[in-house]
Amino acid sequence: MIINSRFFNRSELIGFVALAALLFVILPLSLDVFRLNLVAKYLTYAFVGIGLVLCWGYGGILSLGQGVFFGLGGYCMAMFLKLEASSPENTKIQSTPGIPDFMDWNQITSLPLFWQPFHSLTLTILAIILVPGLFALIIGTAMFKRRVGGTYFAIITQAVAAILTILIVGQQGYTGGINGMTDLRTLKGWDIRPDHAKVILYFFEVFLLFGCILLAQFIRLTKLGRILVAMREQEDRVRFSGYSVANFKIFAFCMAAIFAAIGGAMFALNVGFMSPSFVGIVPSIEMVIYTAVGGRMSIFGAVWGSLLVNVAKTGLSESFPQLWLFGLGGLFIAVVLAFPNGLSGIWADYVQPRIDRLLAWRKPKPAKAWTDSSVADGAPAE
Amino acid sequence: MLGDYSIGDLGSIFVMQGFAGLILFSVYVLMALGLAIIFGQMGVINMAHGEFMILGAYVTWLTSSAFQHYLPALFPGYFFLAMVLAFIASGALGMLVEWGLIRHLYKRPLDTLLATWGLSLILQQTYRSVFGAREVGVELPQWMLGSKQITDTIEVPINGIFVMCLTVLITVAVAWIMYKSRWGRQVRAVVQNRIMAGAVGINTEKVDRYTFGLGCGIAGVAGSAFTMIGSTGPTSGQLYIVDTFLVVVFGGAASLLGTIASAFSISQTQSTLEFFMSGSMAKVLTLLAIVGILMLRPQGLFALKVRK
Repeated sequence: MIINSRFFNRSELIGFVALAALLFVILPLSLDVFRLNLVAKYLTYAFVGIGLVLCWGYGGILSLGQGVFFGLGGYCMAMFLKLEASSPENTKIQSTPGIPDFMDWNQITSLPLFWQPFHSLTLTILAIILVPGLFALIIGTAMFKRRVGGTYFAIITQAVAAILTILIVGQQGYTGGINGMTDLRTLKGWDIRPDHAKVILYFFEVFLLFGCILLAQFIRLTKLGRILVAMREQEDRVRFSGYSVANFKIFAFCMAAIFAAIGGAMFALNVGFMSPSFVGIVPSIEMVIYTAVGGRMSIFGAVWGSLLVNVAKTGLSESFPQLWLFGLGGLFIAVVLAFPNGLSGIWADYVQPRIDRLLAWRKPKPAKAWTDSSVADGAPAE
Repeated sequence: MLGDYSIGDLGSIFVMQGFAGLILFSVYVLMALGLAIIFGQMGVINMAHGEFMILGAYVTWLTSSAFQHYLPALFPGYFFLAMVLAFIASGALGMLVEWGLIRHLYKRPLDTLLATWGLSLILQQTYRSVFGAREVGVELPQWMLGSKQITDTIEVPINGIFVMCLTVLITVAVAWIMYKSRWGRQVRAVVQNRIMAGAVGINTEKVDRYTFGLGCGIAGVAGSAFTMIGSTGPTSGQLYIVDTFLVVVFGGAASLLGTIASAFSISQTQSTLEFFMSGSMAKVLTLLAIVGILMLRPQGLFALKVRK
């Protein structure tokens, strides 16, 4: 395989520029603030998608518990915002002022110890990265060191998602229960609710997203990314060549967890609440399907998949609530049966060759093959 | 916490909690039996398993309504016909699904998972459109109501006893089919070595289809039994699917005995814990224990020693 020395090949560069133009220019100019905020909500899933591309598409590890990390990141952010919204002045009607309202309703009289670090923004940001990262490290070490993988891993991550949801719903006094953490107001005194704040948060999120895209692309192109692909195809050969397969898998899983957590934190900021309905099994699997629709092998595909499926979801469930589940279910089956590489696969197989032919026709010089990564990555995952 | 109860009371509580656990155990076993065949033997992750179970429950509900309207005299015995119908309906749907979907995906187990999840969404919405979003409950015949007084402080519900007897019968039947019948031998042969099984003249595709159908049919019977102790809604199946997978994985995927042992230990742990703490915490602790044990012993309780 030719190792591409450029950071982006031509088609990837086009994809990058097109996505940047869409997210930075076209959408902010054409949508009102409400819709832009919806886009910001959809894009939080794109973070999870990028992580899944690394861990599932490249590493071959299907995690059905990304909602756990999305939720951990989101709850860390929400706890900070909630504490700020529950200053003693705001909560003086409570029997214990200065603690979040749901604690007061559940007869808790002092702030629990694990809430204390979330008074500080620095510690919160650290927690958003470290808590899910460490959690993934523990799960990953326990599973991959014992060579558990594939379907077993998927089922166990699913069980973890179930556990966390039940725990959050059950411990109402500490977590806000089924309603989650609502009524988030300010970030360091800056109100996150008005329209102009929503626009600023949108741009902040898109910047972060592009940071994550570049990081993922960097990981993909290093030797590490190559080893991940090799591991997916022939795990034993990589192991016999002297690589520690488990450590690479743990790394990919942790990266995916951290990306998902960043998405979750942005979700809490943009949407203004966090609830267990974004943690459990159903959202976790939906996040996987966004990635599968976009293309499990393509970082840009994951972003497009999250955007398009969610737009379709909102559109369909607004006008035909009955049809939405049929549509989503059909989408799962169609993607798996007919298009294992999702939208990006369709693009690479049908659209890209036409564009190339068109460009080659304009320029008599034969176009250099766009192949390197597209062809090599086009192979089905299993 | 225990100080308020006398020793005798505590004994009764444990017996009755244990019995509640046995009913849960029956449901787990019935659901996990089908899954143990599909996942344990064939290696297919069927996320729509819960929906096949719910199909059986709805068939039972339809049968009971039909008997109430047209054959009230035979109503006490409707359940036996309903169970057969549930088996046929779920089994037929299972074979159809195998033919249309699963057989294309045998080499891609993770993709099967996604496709069957899609199938489960479609089935859920179908149930919602056809039967309505509200939960339905069947009317139990007179002889199944009430409870049996064993001692002064211990009483057990009759429908629970019935479900347990049913479970034992079905388990024995499945064990016989899988380990004694000619067909079961073919199934195990295909699982162990598909190419060799084909070479000695077994129609592997047909075996696959009937195996999947049998697993789904048993899920239908499980759903039928489920109506005896709870009501049925379009999403009831989803509540049990993760538990059921854990039961099968915890038991060791290819072992029928393991499935039963793990269903027993999980259900007893959960129902005993439920007495001491809230239901959700009992569930969390049980699941955590399972996940923890699986991390230490990924092959499950009863693993076959095979060379991979």
